[in-house]
Amino acid sequence: MTTLPQTTDKKLGLVIDLDTCVGCHACVVSCKGWNTENYGAPLSDQDAYGADPSGTFLNRVHSYEVTPEVGPAQLIHFPKSCLHCDDAPCVTVCPTGASYKRQEDGIVLVNEDACIGCGLCAWACPYGAREMDQAAGVMKKCTLCVDRIYNENLPEEDRVPSCVRTCPSGARHFGDLGDENSDVSKLVVERGGMDLMPEQGTKPVNKYLPPRPKDVVPEFDILAPYLEPVASSQKGFLSWLDKALEKI
Amino acid sequence: MHPAGSVIVFTVASGLGFGLLTWLGIGVPTLKGWHAFWYYAVAFGLAGGGLLASTFHLGNPQRFLKAFSQWRSSWLSREGCLAVASMAVMGVFAICSIFMGSIWQPLGYIGAALSVLTIFATSMIYAQLKTVPRWNHWTTPCLFLLLSLGGGALLALQTWSAGILIGLAGVVQLLAWYLGDNQFKRRGSNTGTATGLGFRGTVRSFESPHTGNNYLLKEMVHKVGRKHAQKLRVIAFALMIVSPLICLFISFSIPVVAVALVLHILGIFTQRWLFFAEAEHVVGLYYGKR
Ligand code: SF4
Ligand code: SF4
Repeated sequence: MTTLPQTTDKKLGLVIDLDTCVGCHACVVSCKGWNTENYGAPLSDQDAYGADPSGTFLNRVHSYEVTPEVGPAQLIHFPKSCLHCDDAPCVTVCPTGASYKRQEDGIVLVNEDACIGCGLCAWACPYGAREMDQAAGVMKKCTLCVDRIYNENLPEEDRVPSCVRTCPSGARHFGDLGDENSDVSKLVVERGGMDLMPEQGTKPVNKYLPPRPKDVVPEFDILAPYLEPVASSQKGFLSWLDKALEKI
Repeated sequence: MHPAGSVIVFTVASGLGFGLLTWLGIGVPTLKGWHAFWYYAVAFGLAGGGLLASTFHLGNPQRFLKAFSQWRSSWLSREGCLAVASMAVMGVFAICSIFMGSIWQPLGYIGAALSVLTIFATSMIYAQLKTVPRWNHWTTPCLFLLLSLGGGALLALQTWSAGILIGLAGVVQLLAWYLGDNQFKRRGSNTGTATGLGFRGTVRSFESPHTGNNYLLKEMVHKVGRKHAQKLRVIAFALMIVSPLICLFISFSIPVVAVALVLHILGIFTQRWLFFAEAEHVVGLYYGKR
């Protein structure tokens, strides 16, 4: 069914810390690795070794430069995948019922056996979280590693999405954002977690933690004032040279 | 948005086809026998051909039957259901009028109503998308309906109705361009809201996640041809609106109406190409492109 559930029992999702992400793309690689050989059709590449390579990815890392009013610009790495929106427009546009949001945990999935590959859901998603696989002709998106998180064949510490397990800087957190006592919910409150493009009305479950403000280095050296340069303009030979060169 | 040929042919052809079916359904003109046959052949050819063209852009067209299941929530599904329903009803109406020479008008009215709803549903596939601010506006369904019914009237040789509807379509088209140009800005989405970092300063895309191309960029960040948008708008408007109106002003004779029709159809193709090429998807903000 492509109507959305009224409420979901849980809201499983990710909290991404833009302060700690170092932009190494390890999550991108591990996501592609896990998801190309598990749930659904593989994530194909086209012309992988040729002049114009492209391929299907469920997670991509952008980098942005933020220039404040005063002070230097800051570089922020920005991983982006499906936000498992509460009001997911990608689900309601689907003509076949292939796209759906699960009532039990809020995960948004595609049933690839029913997908006709019309691409409308990718048009409806504001975040570019859905990509049509060019080999299989079906829509691919983040499954929140639904085949890991409940998988009893895996050791307990591996029962989190592949990207979360891989991130070397601990920038990705997984949990139930519907439960206000969960670690992820607390983190969101503590750090002012935010929604992407709230004006689109999608009510994303995933949250982003803004980078912490940069420390301001205080003037701590009491001797510094005594070490001010004394000469402010050149005299003698250097001054003559400067003027002479200026004239040429 | 990428102006895919199959989707352009789909919207233009089935728009005209269902437009013509609407006129035939309300009995304007009332036709019987072989005379009726040719009208219905054109109408069904356009409507059906357009629908067929739309399947060419599907990744897995063999599962198309599933697309009739979600009419409760999906405009694309509704469009499919309504298209089949109107073709079925009008099919029966056509067979009665061609082969039995009997016209059961209530059936025609139902068929006409379904045809109008089909055109509306087609337009809503695009107009529903908040992610494409230019389309997400009442002018989209309004324009689709006026153009389909106007073109249908030309095909049905209803010159007066065609003139009025095409004239109105011209007004709405100008309005759609005028309002559409500011629509993206008015919605307030920018790289700042897309990344949530706007409150920290000016946000600029520094590096793309990938050096090559990808599905999102090919499908939704189409920039080619937009630089010629103004010229193409003039061409589209001249062909689609002005020239048929001039033709109809000169004469209502069949050859002149035929010329008007050909020019009008060329104009709608140009307009539809622009409809896609000019539409900007908010996902472009993540890539620093629009
Ligand atoms: S991020 Fe996009 S694909 Fe994921 S649920 Fe939201 S709208 Fe759908
Ligand atoms: S591409 Fe597949 S999942 Fe997406 S709207 Fe079309 S049928 Fe549904």
